[in-house]
Amino acid sequence: MGNLLSLTTFIPLLGAIILALFLRGDDAAAQGNAKWVAMATTVATFLVSLFILFGFDPSNTGFQMVEERQWLLGMNYKMGVDGISILFVMLTTFLMPLVIASCWNVSARVKEYMIAFLLLETLMLGVFMALDLVLFYLFFEAGLIPMFLIIGIWGGKNRIYASFKFFLYTFLGSVLMLVAMVAMFSEAGTSDIPALMAYQFGSDDFSLLGIQIVGGMQTLMWLAFFASFAVKMPMWPVHTWLPDAHVQAPTAGSVVLAAILLKMGGYGFLRFSLPMFPVGSEVMGTFVLWLSAIAIIYTSLVALVQEDMKKLIAYSSVAHMGYVTMGIFAVNQQGIDGAIFQMISHGFISGALFLLVGVIYDRMHTREIDAYGGLVNRMPAFALIFLFFTMANVGLPGTSGFIGEFLVLMGIFQVNTWVAMFATTGVILSAAYALWLYRRVVMGDLIKESLRTITDMTKRERFIFAPLVFMTLLLGVYPALVLDIIGPSVAALVENYDMATAGMHSAGTH
Amino acid sequence: METIILFAPLAGALVAGFGWKFIGETAAQWVTTVLLFLAAILSWIVFLTFDGVTESIQIMRWIESGTLSTDWAIRMDRLTATMLIVITTVSALVHLYSFGYMAHDENFGTGEHYKARFFAYLSFFTFAMLMLVTADNLVQMFFGWEGVGVASYLLIGFYYKKPSANAAAIKAFVVNRVGDFGFALGIFALYMMTDSIKFDDIFAAIPTLAQKELTFLWADWNAANLIAVLLFIGAMGKSAQLFLHTWLPDAMEGPTPVSALIHAATMVTAGVFLVCRMSPLLEYAPEAKNFIVFVGASTAFFAATVGLVQNDIKRVIAYSTCSQLGYMFVAAGIGVYSVAMFHLLTHAFFKAMLFLGAGSVIHGMHHEQDMRNYGGLRHKMPKTFWAMMIGTLAITGVGIPFLYIGFPVGFAGFVSKDAIIESAYAAQSSYAFWMLVIAAFMTSFYSWRLMFMTFYGKPRGDKHTHDHAHESPNVMLIPLLVLAFGAVFSGMVFYKPYFGSDASVGKFFGVLEASKEDKAEDHANAFMLISPANAATEETDDHAQEDDHGKADWPTEPGKGAIFKAADNHVLHEAHGVPAWVKLSPFIAMISGLALAYLMYIRRPDLPGKLAKQQAPLYNFLLNKWYFDELYNAIIIKPALWVGRFLWKQGDTKTIDGGINGVAMGVVPFFTKWVNRAQSGYIFTYAFFMVLGITAMLTWVTMTGGAN
Repeated sequence: MGNLLSLTTFIPLLGAIILALFLRGDDAAAQGNAKWVAMATTVATFLVSLFILFGFDPSNTGFQMVEERQWLLGMNYKMGVDGISILFVMLTTFLMPLVIASCWNVSARVKEYMIAFLLLETLMLGVFMALDLVLFYLFFEAGLIPMFLIIGIWGGKNRIYASFKFFLYTFLGSVLMLVAMVAMFSEAGTSDIPALMAYQFGSDDFSLLGIQIVGGMQTLMWLAFFASFAVKMPMWPVHTWLPDAHVQAPTAGSVVLAAILLKMGGYGFLRFSLPMFPVGSEVMGTFVLWLSAIAIIYTSLVALVQEDMKKLIAYSSVAHMGYVTMGIFAVNQQGIDGAIFQMISHGFISGALFLLVGVIYDRMHTREIDAYGGLVNRMPAFALIFLFFTMANVGLPGTSGFIGEFLVLMGIFQVNTWVAMFATTGVILSAAYALWLYRRVVMGDLIKESLRTITDMTKRERFIFAPLVFMTLLLGVYPALVLDIIGPSVAALVENYDMATAGMHSAGTH
Repeated sequence: METIILFAPLAGALVAGFGWKFIGETAAQWVTTVLLFLAAILSWIVFLTFDGVTESIQIMRWIESGTLSTDWAIRMDRLTATMLIVITTVSALVHLYSFGYMAHDENFGTGEHYKARFFAYLSFFTFAMLMLVTADNLVQMFFGWEGVGVASYLLIGFYYKKPSANAAAIKAFVVNRVGDFGFALGIFALYMMTDSIKFDDIFAAIPTLAQKELTFLWADWNAANLIAVLLFIGAMGKSAQLFLHTWLPDAMEGPTPVSALIHAATMVTAGVFLVCRMSPLLEYAPEAKNFIVFVGASTAFFAATVGLVQNDIKRVIAYSTCSQLGYMFVAAGIGVYSVAMFHLLTHAFFKAMLFLGAGSVIHGMHHEQDMRNYGGLRHKMPKTFWAMMIGTLAITGVGIPFLYIGFPVGFAGFVSKDAIIESAYAAQSSYAFWMLVIAAFMTSFYSWRLMFMTFYGKPRGDKHTHDHAHESPNVMLIPLLVLAFGAVFSGMVFYKPYFGSDASVGKFFGVLEASKEDKAEDHANAFMLISPANAATEETDDHAQEDDHGKADWPTEPGKGAIFKAADNHVLHEAHGVPAWVKLSPFIAMISGLALAYLMYIRRPDLPGKLAKQQAPLYNFLLNKWYFDELYNAIIIKPALWVGRFLWKQGDTKTIDGGINGVAMGVVPFFTKWVNRAQSGYIFTYAFFMVLGITAMLTWVTMTGGAN
């Protein structure tokens, strides 16, 4: 199958079109149909994507299953996967059926809701597979729109403010990226990503407006891309859109946002910043490391005092993404392996945590931590699963959360012990805020009148968590499943990077 | 066989935890207990037949990234074997004991199921602990390390309706994480310096490590010293050493069997195990060793002082545990690792017994834990009384000084604790020596105080409770009996292999080649109490084999056997030749402690009250545990929350959002309107906007770049 990647990418779009064109009415039957169509589509996408996984050869560090055609206006349509991108594709296709299952109780504009998610899936898959700059940009930016609508239409009370903030931050970031893309295009004369990765952008120092720019063009372009990816991650201090967006987003929206959309930033660093602007990365690397360390400590402390469950988990997400950026810019095998692993793992864990909040939100219609307490008395299954993901979130060995964090810290220690030391305090802080949340929500006697009749998770809800628990455990016990796939590609990335920056230190450019 | 030992508790935990609904709670309890007894029996077989030669059993790949390669694997050597018997024996007995103790728990209402959960947690803990001690690399050890932390968290918070239990559970986990922070940094540093985290590779690389510098934070450090200190910080957390000890007394919120298993016999000794496991590293890290001795001796002293005045029976024993762990660290820090393990072994028996005995008292007294409300209980619960008596005789170190019949004659604590004190003297660490002797005095005092307040005198407190006080059922007394056996004999039986001559210890730990006869002999030693006559002949045998009065040559490079000592480390040998007054000093300390306790709690019961009033500042200082909790609350917890709130309100909301929103204010109203309109439409409106968006960008791109 020569067009496997396109097939995977566009099946959800097809489902969305079918829904849009053929489904009529808004009664219960039509709503049910919409959900089933969406479910069937996402499951089909996942099954098809398995062929990508099984057809993938990890030892080949180049792009595989590449498709290339002419597109309109002389642009190229080019798709492909390598060891760095394939698992993001799999993460997306794996999670989407669960996301659809989690909105089974939604009853407002169901058809449109499903269309939005299906569209979003296509766009997200496109981001991870696009091998052409323009195509990447299209997917990357267009992904904003369905998410924007999901928050703005199906969100909570302050959804307008939140969706706008989300839109503004990410959009402003990407304007700068667009400028850099244009500059790249005009310098290299191609929008082909593999070609750009091989191209050496100028890195001679020059001064601009009286400021000495170490690393020259590369540093400038790096900064432009950084603006976009840092917002997406999100990194401190451009993270404040995320807690608001999460709080207002519907459960399924939060899951997609935390589990997949955030990873686009990390993926961008790996696909663009490191291979295309190694000198720029080297110049700015320490800066990123410190931002990451600040993010981990800052957001963990902020998480400690949150009163809203979703906000707490959102801040915890920012802290965990701090490990990702740190691992990436440690630029060694353990660091990047860990960063990718952390992103995959965070997809399962944060997704599950937001789903867990959704479970009790559906029952009580509040996210205030103080409104809960003693849930274990009536919801033992919920308590158990929540405990499991709380432990995974604090990086307990045996869960996937540990492997990513551990590898990142191991990688960073070899580069900068100060940053490593500060980042490692995150393991203390995360335990504090996560367990304290757990205690306030789940433990204790059940004394609040409003909770007397709360019911435990339904079969459907348990069914959604089963695959997430399974993956979190599996990757924690046998991480080779991931590391074997990403290892060779990461090794090649690190090697190229080291070659490109080898001259820097001896030449004394900084 | 090791694999069965390892996974039997896990299987039990899974069956009990997830299957009790199908098989019933009682069956779940039985499954876990039977599997644990199986593991215990197999462990003893392994221990007794083990020849000391390190074995490795691969199970599965784990983390592989670049040159980092970690497997799930079992490493069997004497350290592991020792830990195996300690863990599985105590755990099996605690499982059995819990049948009685947890039978009717008033923390749970009728119809609430908690027993299967309790047994599942206990078994899960045992599994994690076994993973910790069988690890063949530091990361797997870290897995067990954190795994026991979780089990401990779950069991401390077992009475989840009690706020104090929940608080204690979190405290235990978080304080342990502070230690883990150091442990993790130590692992990273070791990997950076040796390119591996497997014990075998690390041990081989250690001699060069001592020559290397490692840049950490602001300075260059000697790699061996730095790494040893970092790892030891992890040990301090888990083993509740000074500054990171605050969680252990609070951990007594858990059910008493938990305190016996986790917070006395096994988990808290993991730090000692870690330090002994890393003996090759320590032998090249003299400054780190001094630090360990200092912390250990200080903890032994500090915890004993606090133990003097506590009124909660479990807290007294908890501080006692803390103090005894300090003894073990002193032994490890001065380089007699076998002695540290020796005390770990004997302590596991008598401390588990004291806890289970205390549990029996608490059980009989309807969950009253304040000793001020006890008194005269020896008549009501004679068997428990005798068990506690044996435990007390063991911990205070009762024995016959200077009588040596192949081994010293005395209770377990007498042999192993005195071994540490003598070694401390031989290592010329006078600080440690005096601290430990003083602590021995205090140990004797608070242990006898506990005995006198609980079992002697007149009944105090609620009359109704005393009237209904009763002896515990047999299912709780049998474990006490078994442990009593250990508390009496383990010191004497295991004296030679753990604190004998260099040769006998070396052979036992697989450091020296053992001839066939030796092996047979070792097994004989372990199996039965050696008769004096036998012992005498053995002694001469040993002397005949060794060149210089039992001072056999240990290898000068690490890697062989379970422990290592550097060529210039003669503490083990010299500890046997200390002056008589040194050998006598812990005995005198013990007698004086007993005498003082007798005076204060039997002869003149009015004295403690008066003394407390007279010395109020000192008394309150001790009663409030040197104000560590208050201090940490003031300098760490409160500021952390304050900073968090400040960053949230001032940093995120005011500065970042304020700044960006300020810029954006002009645009917001426009967009708000735009979105409002979008909401009022239908799918075509959204589709329209999406298409519009995509087209806009497409055009943009085409205009700027695509035209090329």
